[in-house]
Amino acid sequence: MTAPEFFFFIFATITVLSAVMVISSRNPIHSVLFLILAFLNSSGLFLIAGAEFLALLLAIVYVGAVAVLFLFVVMMLNINFARLREGMAKSIPIGASVGAILLVELILVLGAYGFRDADHPVLIAQPIAESGPTNTHALGSILYTEYVYLFQGAGMILLVAMIGAIVLTLRQREGVKKQSVPEQIARRREKTVELVKIKPGQGMGGEV
Amino acid sequence: MTFVDLYLLPTLLTVGKILLLVVPLLIGVAYLTYAERKVIAGMQLRKGPNRVGPFGLLQPLADGAKLFMKETIIPSGASPIVFLLAPIITFSMAMIAWAVIPVSEGWVLADINVGILYLFAVSSLEVYGVIMSGWASNSRYPFLGALRSAAQMVSYEVSIGFVLVTVLLCVGSLNLTDIVLAQGENMWFVIPLFPMFIVFFISALAELNRAPFDLPEGEAELVGGYFTEYSAMTFALFFLGEYANMIMMSGFMTVLFLGGWLPIIDIAPFNMIPGVIWFLLKVCLLLFCMLWVRATFPRFRYDQLMRLGWKVFLPFSLFYVVLVSGVLVYMDWLPEIG
Repeated sequence: MTAPEFFFFIFATITVLSAVMVISSRNPIHSVLFLILAFLNSSGLFLIAGAEFLALLLAIVYVGAVAVLFLFVVMMLNINFARLREGMAKSIPIGASVGAILLVELILVLGAYGFRDADHPVLIAQPIAESGPTNTHALGSILYTEYVYLFQGAGMILLVAMIGAIVLTLRQREGVKKQSVPEQIARRREKTVELVKIKPGQGMGGEV
Repeated sequence: MTFVDLYLLPTLLTVGKILLLVVPLLIGVAYLTYAERKVIAGMQLRKGPNRVGPFGLLQPLADGAKLFMKETIIPSGASPIVFLLAPIITFSMAMIAWAVIPVSEGWVLADINVGILYLFAVSSLEVYGVIMSGWASNSRYPFLGALRSAAQMVSYEVSIGFVLVTVLLCVGSLNLTDIVLAQGENMWFVIPLFPMFIVFFISALAELNRAPFDLPEGEAELVGGYFTEYSAMTFALFFLGEYANMIMMSGFMTVLFLGGWLPIIDIAPFNMIPGVIWFLLKVCLLLFCMLWVRATFPRFRYDQLMRLGWKVFLPFSLFYVVLVSGVLVYMDWLPEIG
């Protein structure tokens, strides 16, 4: 067994075990932590496959940002665990069927059964040559040239989703005291402070 | 025989290199705490630690020995595994980041071609130590501190990402050694990208939970923040991790903006000094600035911190990315890729 194989088996085993723990652990926080462990190990698998850019992207986007917010939400919500457990038997068949469909799709793609013709001898993209450009370079040059419209389209969809979320949650409240930084900076001494000479015993005489 | 040649020797060599890097780093961390107390004391007209050894130089060792002999207490309501895992994660994240930082020409553990992404990933994983400790302590103040910290670190990472993009546009490579070499050919990026350097420095302070952004530990309102419940070595790991992260971020800034190991000008007296000395000098300069900031500025309010991150730094760095790429394309200065 070579070193890459050895590490492949370590990463793969931990990924599968932690994926099982995600759905079987009693505490939702532990579930999320196991999910993070699964993400990290799959990024290790990417590394072994030679896709270092994707591996680090997975770590940055999923572990560094998405899972943090996930953990954040799960910590803040007061979830009734007992009620969640009740639905388990009902949702297992759905989950299992989704998993089965994915498995069949993967077998079809990787095995490339039936979809082959003269124009498309293989469905899987070939790894780039050792001496060629780096993965980052290759990904960038195909993403921003051949697939630029799809890329922009995906960006647009995300933008619309983001604006939708903001519109749905934005509420205007009356009478809230907010700090207005430009207003504070624009304040001048002459407008707000006045030097008044007061004669002893007379006070301000009501004028302020 | 092949096993020894193929696996054993390279492993031993790598372990030796790691020790050569980590041992000075840990000593540096210990003396950074000493430097912090001395520098702030000097700025506040006090003496600072001066009892243990000459000039108090043995103070960090005494502190370490004290923490080592204290009892590690795990609160009864805490979740013990996650509770103990959190400081370990904080500390090891601070250590593994050093794998890709080149301290001198060729002096780097792993010269990978996505080094900058690796550092970005590691610095975004650091939030887990904080958030796990806050949750596992099962106590109000640590939890509030952890929530603050998670939101803060995620917010400032966005602008750090854009700063990295501007540097990458000027270099055309994600490799940290290439970034330093590109600065040797042209000029240090701190000159053309000075606003981005400032944005990165301030965002790094927020990312490190340093003053004036140390709200996660805000002792005035949260006792001690996320490590309120920690004691002895578990606390020491948080402490060491935090200071090691300061050194790591300073090293990162040195590589990105201050020309890494390159001398200030490439002429006789300056280029005879070895690169690692230059690197250390630059790191020390940035660390001094961090301590200086702590002694100078009052703590931000939380809404002001969020405003600065999202409404000031994010639009500004986005604008600067567009500006830099526009200038590079217009002047035909875009680097050769590959």
